[in-house]
Amino acid sequence: MKKDILKHKLVPDHTILSKTEAKKVLKELNIHQEQLPKIKVDDPVAKAIGAKTGDILKITRKSQTAGRFVTYRLVIN
Amino acid sequence: MKGILKKVSQINFGLMSPENIRKMSVTKIVTPDTYDEDGYPIEGGLMDPRLGVIDPGLRCRSCGSKGGDCQGHFGHINLARPVIHVGFADTIHKILRSTCKECGKVLLTESEKLDYKNRIELRLENGVTITPVIKEIYNVARRDKCPHCETEQEDVKIDKPVSIVEGNYKLTASEVRERLENIPEDDYMYIGVNPEVARPEWMVLTVLPVPPVTVRPSITLETGERSEDDLTHKLVDILRINQRLKENMEAGAPQLIVEDLWELLQYHVTTYFDNEASGVPPARHRSGRPLKTLAQRLKGKEGRFRSNLSGKRVNFSARTVISPDPNISINEVGVPEMIAREVTVPIRVTEWNMEKMKEYIMNGPNKHPGANYVIRPDARKIRVYDETKDAIVEKLEPGFVVERHLIDGDVVLFNRQPSLHRMSMMAHEVKVLPYKTFRLNLCVCPPYNADFDGDEMNMHIFQTEESRAEAKSLMRVQEHILSPRFGGPIIGGIHDHISGAYLLTRLGSEFSEEDVFQMVKRARMPLPKSKGRDWTGKEIFSLLLPKDLNMVYKAEICRKCDECLKQECKNDAYVVIENGELKTGAIDEKAYGAFSGKILDSIVKEYGTDAARQFLDSSTKLAIYGIMKRGFTTSTADEEIPQEAKDRIEELLENAERKVENLIAAYHNEELEALPGRSLRETLEMKVMQVLGESRDKSGEIAESYFGMDNHAVIMALTGARGSMLNLTQIAACVGQQSVRGGRIERGYSKRTLPHFHEGELGAKASGFVHSSYKKGLDPIEFFFHAMGGREGLVDTAIRTAQSGYMQRRLVNALQDLNVKADGTVRDNRGIVVQTRYGEDGIDPAKSDYGKVADIDRMIDEMRIKSKAK
Ligand SMILES: [Mg+2]
Ligand SMILES: [Zn+2]
Ligand SMILES: [Zn+2]
Ligand SMILES: [Zn+2]
Repeated sequence: MKKDILKHKLVPDHTILSKTEAKKVLKELNIHQEQLPKIKVDDPVAKAIGAKTGDILKITRKSQTAGRFVTYRLVIN
Repeated sequence: MKGILKKVSQINFGLMSPENIRKMSVTKIVTPDTYDEDGYPIEGGLMDPRLGVIDPGLRCRSCGSKGGDCQGHFGHINLARPVIHVGFADTIHKILRSTCKECGKVLLTESEKLDYKNRIELRLENGVTITPVIKEIYNVARRDKCPHCETEQEDVKIDKPVSIVEGNYKLTASEVRERLENIPEDDYMYIGVNPEVARPEWMVLTVLPVPPVTVRPSITLETGERSEDDLTHKLVDILRINQRLKENMEAGAPQLIVEDLWELLQYHVTTYFDNEASGVPPARHRSGRPLKTLAQRLKGKEGRFRSNLSGKRVNFSARTVISPDPNISINEVGVPEMIAREVTVPIRVTEWNMEKMKEYIMNGPNKHPGANYVIRPDARKIRVYDETKDAIVEKLEPGFVVERHLIDGDVVLFNRQPSLHRMSMMAHEVKVLPYKTFRLNLCVCPPYNADFDGDEMNMHIFQTEESRAEAKSLMRVQEHILSPRFGGPIIGGIHDHISGAYLLTRLGSEFSEEDVFQMVKRARMPLPKSKGRDWTGKEIFSLLLPKDLNMVYKAEICRKCDECLKQECKNDAYVVIENGELKTGAIDEKAYGAFSGKILDSIVKEYGTDAARQFLDSSTKLAIYGIMKRGFTTSTADEEIPQEAKDRIEELLENAERKVENLIAAYHNEELEALPGRSLRETLEMKVMQVLGESRDKSGEIAESYFGMDNHAVIMALTGARGSMLNLTQIAACVGQQSVRGGRIERGYSKRTLPHFHEGELGAKASGFVHSSYKKGLDPIEFFFHAMGGREGLVDTAIRTAQSGYMQRRLVNALQDLNVKADGTVRDNRGIVVQTRYGEDGIDPAKSDYGKVADIDRMIDEMRIKSKAK
């Protein structure tokens, strides 16, 4: 039996950013993409949403302190 | 310093070849003599000038740099006969045991070789240690017959420390070396040798490196006599025997004599490396003291690693016992004059401070605000003596540096181990005091976790203006009143500060104006206007509050009534402060205690740290003088309850014990019904625990009902000053169930806890229920069970601190390089983002309201009060 991991309550929302969105995020944070936290392409979530190496994922999750928190990860090999 | 980071990619260990030793050597050492009659070093001796210089006036003959810059250069001794290196004797033994005496090959079959080769290569590829595989090979390759040339193998044994014995014949070092040379390079892998950096025969020495003189400097005694380092002594021994051995060999002396000398050379080289090697008598100094040779320099508590690298000692620091002083500020530390005269602060002399500096120097090193050293602009350090101080003052000019004694107001770092959080090291202002202990304000005990049962603390004196300025703005005690751990005060009133404030401010507490002025004056507060009548305690305390402070909160003494009567609370537990006036409620731990002081918390956040420091200094002092006016003491008389109460408690406990007997009877008659998911035995256990627990609580309640707020022990327990209601009721009423491993006591003898009971007895007493109170006293059985429970508590705390300490260390090591940048991101030192916003909400917990941005309910309450006050 295979479950859709994206629907699991412990898996936060991952979306792939478009080129322009990614650029905007990097500009906002004033960093190169290598300075972002990473996620492996073969990470189950990355595979499930079809992310490719070099993509930037936007991760929106529940936060104990902030309620909702948005963070980004660079997909790597 | 340039911001270039270099990364060590790997460290490789290998053996030094004889060629290598000779290559790095600047000279061959041949004579055991060190200096000639005129005191000059002899060339080719152990103090050969080419080995480097120490005297800063001389230049090195090998590298040309001045003494101090020259690191020194190695020399070498050609050994007349090879000698086994003690450090490798074990390895040599293992290698010889696993290789053929004839063909030198490892005693493994071809198929075994292939298997091990694969395993070793796989491990090397993955960066995993190969030690377990090598160990296995050493075991497997102990064969009686060589699988390659069929030679019968003899048993190779090691006679500690360095003798290798084959059968009954002791191999000479030369023979050992030949054997090792004979091992084919292809087999090195199986004995754990990397042919790129080592060959097994290099474990037998033919050349000995001679460390430079900088490693073994000679000391000139006051008599002018020279005293050499232990290593030099040992090298002299080696050279002497080496020479005799060579002469005897050349002269064709009998084999026996040569062998004796060879053995002696082996002994000297062995003890040169390790003078505590097992099986060799240690080489001794003329005085009988064992020599400190190479291994002794590194090993153990006093060795290079533990003493000089992990545990460096620092200058300008002091350590002594601490004791309390309620009269100094939380920002201050009392420093014994003895210490103030020893540790110094460097002050650059200018035209403006010239006179002051001269005064210090004129006081000399022994009179308190004096000076110990003067540093001239050419960096020469001159010690100030009473005899020389006049001459030094004469020559004093701007640009000199005077190392003057510590004086009042100097900023120092104060620390108590274990330094687990940043509040363990804070900057204090010095106050030089008589006697020999460091004095500190009681409010700073919680952050240091200090008490005065013999605790010692360390003090470090800043030596630069920059460090002083930085410490003053970042590390001052008052800047740490709020803890970043929970956003509340960690520095605050304790013990008598709290009982005192309660006695002062509780309902009905009044003082004559005379007493009030006395207290206010002693607390060094500004004198208030006369009221011409008696003051209430609340009015006195209000003098300390900021004039626009408004707040409401429930005090520690609040009994959590079902319906709060607020301002009408009969316990006076509802605190209302209106425009800086304490209207209702008593001051206790919740007001200004460490960890929970709401007023203190509010003052730091709204009025700043200066105001908070002043508030804390004055309010604690006021509380102390308040408690002194009333008088405060405690004894076991405080836990006395009337006979009537004792009778009630006795009856209650007897009832409970009877109930337990009934439960047990029901269990034995199988009338007990099991709780869901529990066995019958577990059900019984739970029910018994419940009955006994309830009875203890009830007995406590009975005792409590006889305690009033006129009882000092009760005041301390309820205001949060010290102790708890549980402590008091255990003393007065009943101690209760003792537990080991979270349950009633079951262990001890076979099927029973003590021989006083029947086998399988399950009753209250037999399983550690302590019926007595501490005051009445425990009977021997109760005492024994109590000791069991108490021991478990001690063991648990010991284990918990060790475990949590290690856990915290690992966390800190992993996180120490992360920091919050100006843009709010958390990054490591390579600039890699860890969090796009610190803590995800960007809040500094120290500046937050107990971890939250703001406590809305509290703010509304305060605004309500404010509007009403207008
Ligand atoms: Mg202590
Ligand atoms: Zn040199
Ligand atoms: Zn062989
Ligand atoms: Zn109340």
